[in-house]
Amino acid sequence: MTAATTVTGGVIPERRVAESAVGEILDEVWEEEPGLIGWITTVNHKRIGRRYLVTAGFFFMLAGINALVMRTQLGTPNNTLVSPELYDQLFSLHGVAMIFFFATPFNAGFGNFFLPLMIGTRDMAFPRMNAVSYFLFLFSGLFMFSSLPFGLAPDGGWFAYVPLTGVKYLPGLNLDVYTLGLLFLAVSTTVGSINFIVTALKMRAPGMTLNRVPIYVWTVVTQSFMLIFALPSLDLANAMLFLDRRFGTNFFDIKHGGDAILWQHLFWIFGHPDVYIIVLPAMGIISTVIPTFSRRPITAYPLVVLATVATGIISFGVWVHHMFAVGLSQVSESFFAAATLTISIPAGVQMFAWLVTMWKGRVVITTAMLYAVSFIVAFVIGGVTGVMFAVVPFDQQVTDSYFVVAHFHYVLFGGAVLPMLAGLFYWWPKMTGRMTSHKGGIVSFILVFTGFNVTFFPMHFAGMLGMPRRVYTYPSGLGWDIPNLISTIGAFILAAGFLWTFFVFAQSLLSGPRAPDDPWGANTLEWVTGSPPKPYNFPVIPTVHSLNPLWDGKSLASMEEHRHDYNRTMTSTHLALRTSELDTRVEKIMPMPEETPVPFATAVLLTAFFISMLVGAYHAAEVSFGLCLAVVAFWLWRRPGIDEPEEAEEL
Amino acid sequence: MVAPDGPKSRFVTNAWWILTGVAAFVCIVVIALAVGAMLFRRRPKRVDTEGGQRQVVVFGLLIPAVVLAATFALSVTGIAVNANPPSPDRVTVDVIGHQWWWGVKYPDAGVVTANEIHVPTGEPVRLRLTTGDVIHSFWVPQIMPKMDLIPNRPNTTWFSVDRSGVYRGQCAEYCGLEHAHMAFEVIAQPRAEFEKWLHREQQTAATPSTAEQQRGLSVFESSSCATCHTIRGTTAHGHVGPDLTHVGSRDKLAAGTIPNTFGNMAGWVANSQAIKPGNKMPPQSLSPDDLRAVVTYLQSLE
Repeated sequence: MTAATTVTGGVIPERRVAESAVGEILDEVWEEEPGLIGWITTVNHKRIGRRYLVTAGFFFMLAGINALVMRTQLGTPNNTLVSPELYDQLFSLHGVAMIFFFATPFNAGFGNFFLPLMIGTRDMAFPRMNAVSYFLFLFSGLFMFSSLPFGLAPDGGWFAYVPLTGVKYLPGLNLDVYTLGLLFLAVSTTVGSINFIVTALKMRAPGMTLNRVPIYVWTVVTQSFMLIFALPSLDLANAMLFLDRRFGTNFFDIKHGGDAILWQHLFWIFGHPDVYIIVLPAMGIISTVIPTFSRRPITAYPLVVLATVATGIISFGVWVHHMFAVGLSQVSESFFAAATLTISIPAGVQMFAWLVTMWKGRVVITTAMLYAVSFIVAFVIGGVTGVMFAVVPFDQQVTDSYFVVAHFHYVLFGGAVLPMLAGLFYWWPKMTGRMTSHKGGIVSFILVFTGFNVTFFPMHFAGMLGMPRRVYTYPSGLGWDIPNLISTIGAFILAAGFLWTFFVFAQSLLSGPRAPDDPWGANTLEWVTGSPPKPYNFPVIPTVHSLNPLWDGKSLASMEEHRHDYNRTMTSTHLALRTSELDTRVEKIMPMPEETPVPFATAVLLTAFFISMLVGAYHAAEVSFGLCLAVVAFWLWRRPGIDEPEEAEEL
Repeated sequence: MVAPDGPKSRFVTNAWWILTGVAAFVCIVVIALAVGAMLFRRRPKRVDTEGGQRQVVVFGLLIPAVVLAATFALSVTGIAVNANPPSPDRVTVDVIGHQWWWGVKYPDAGVVTANEIHVPTGEPVRLRLTTGDVIHSFWVPQIMPKMDLIPNRPNTTWFSVDRSGVYRGQCAEYCGLEHAHMAFEVIAQPRAEFEKWLHREQQTAATPSTAEQQRGLSVFESSSCATCHTIRGTTAHGHVGPDLTHVGSRDKLAAGTIPNTFGNMAGWVANSQAIKPGNKMPPQSLSPDDLRAVVTYLQSLE
């Protein structure tokens, strides 16, 4: 573990030179309002990214506590710790929260903070949309979670199958919280996805042609496209269910010509891509961490990029494997079995790209690297059980049992949470300017990885012994007692691991050593900026010469070369460089918005709209929606002289 | 894995061993490579920054493609096994899902019962699945994998049991509050015994033979019991809850929740909400004597 704690350098010399030329004036131009007003009005992608991480982390903690209560209930047979009413809400909210209010937004947090840094620009393409998408996420999350103390949390499972979720069988507000809460969040996610795509296509630093785009950026863009294509299906389903429940339409009502299976198709056309929506950016983190700590560029970059994009496309053709017990035709079962097998090929490509990178390089053991490698271990286990589902009768045997619960926790916890922890330990010095304790990180890794396996591995056995999922209790004597008890013990180890990890980060904030610009000797542009980065990120926009700009020598030097070039320093006001999509030809110098309360107002009014819809105050809903439109109209009003882009001289 | 006792579950178990073998091999190789890369590290000067594409293509793409093609063959075989019984079936069972119990009918014999499916050992049984309310899923781990019960979309499948015995099944699709307490039993017995059972089930309920049983019947008919339950041969014709014509012969109560004993049944009738909270049967305010009489009568219905 020699190089692990090697902290290289302080400030990167090329940036110091660039900073001395234009730093002072940029500091002034990009200075931010402090205090509460600053908090509400900021459009800075790094502050928004941090907020995403903190908020999503908070929701992760709440949903984790849900899980701990459930595991305690299931620790022993015939337990009566929680009522079935509460248990049903706990598991439904746990799923909804982890999938929608933790995994995707936590990825969005990293994306917000690091995507602009990695591509060498000063902010997201639409900073105000970025702010609005955060506030909408925050408010929709509070909307969803605040239902639990009232006993009104969703209780139809995270995939909310009709007709159970119809008003006849679940008459409370619980499922309205579900449909409205997810529609509410979808606004945020859609806005955020568009922002990522435009940013990555139009804001890359000159020279960062498509073959030099970091894999993490590819994964975020692929994920964003997937969201834009997958979410409408979920939105449609939720809107239809809301109309069925509130206004007596019959989309899903069998008695009046509706269809119960329609919901399942609409849900899973979204739901299966969503697995990759969560896992792809996490794999992007792995493709970032592994080359850095293998001391060499990633192997087979073009194949990894192709695999990422291929996963995004194929994932739209496998949804029926969630429905193999529905009794569909043999032809469609075979087709979707084949598609399910196909999607594991790109995963195999990426897996071996990482392994070969590690073997051909020299591995440096850090906490981030341990988490990254543990991802490989967990994901291969979750992957092989996933392949098993392509054998249709086997799928029918284990679907909706604890075997599936084990499988998707290996895929989602192993495939997303472990990489997120890798990302957190890796990028923490950049985000906070502080190093974390190496020993503390190792203990965090040991506790979390042990707890994870002890919790979820025995669930394979419980499932194979016939234990269905979503049961609030079970009889003894079926062989389920011991795996369940072990899982419960594991859950507490896991909780201890997270508590410990929290303290490691807290200790770092309070008394961690100052982080240099590039503590890991990494290869991507975010490490050129300060730790933490200045509001304007780069004093001089560099010219990118390779896939590993920090290792090629020339890309850094370009910051020094261009320090007197206005097209790269853009010192007059909030400005950013717009470049062409494929070859990053400089197109325009774009004015970027200043701080504004408009996104906050938009989000508050939309929140008022959704609350009014929930409680059935439809006039209030009309008023708040009207006001919201008025604010958006004000927002879109173009002011001559302020919103007009400047021509770049280099054209 | 549970011990398989039918052709369908035997396929699943065999597939499971093949898949697990391959999966374990894949996992061991990948984990060994990942851990190995951390243990055996090159010296900094020997880091190889070029190439590696060929290894990625061979191990990450070509070899997996061959293994996956073989898996597909296994899947298609399984779909075929599932589709067709090895010989023509002679018994048809209709199973109707309810929140939170199973209605069971033998249409050819005109038999109606609940939560217990008797079948002749070693013969394919045609299974027709429908639901009276929400989606449920029929699963007997030792005999057959899942098949859903979906509104307005009857599913027909088959199963057969190799050995006589009692097999536990349970609802596997979340169906609301008491999804956890929606079990049933498949009882496989030799053909002759099965026919004897079927014949007995065809009969209407036994006439009360004691005064207490007689009192139980009249309480049953005159109280709210009869609005929800049917006892063929009496005036009780409700269709909300399970048919109780031969309830005394059943093994369990409340969809596999408790053993069918005098005490359990009395507790269930008096206040079923304490045993299975949220089930559709309200507590019955019967006097102790009436309660004893009703339970005595019901237990006599064999």
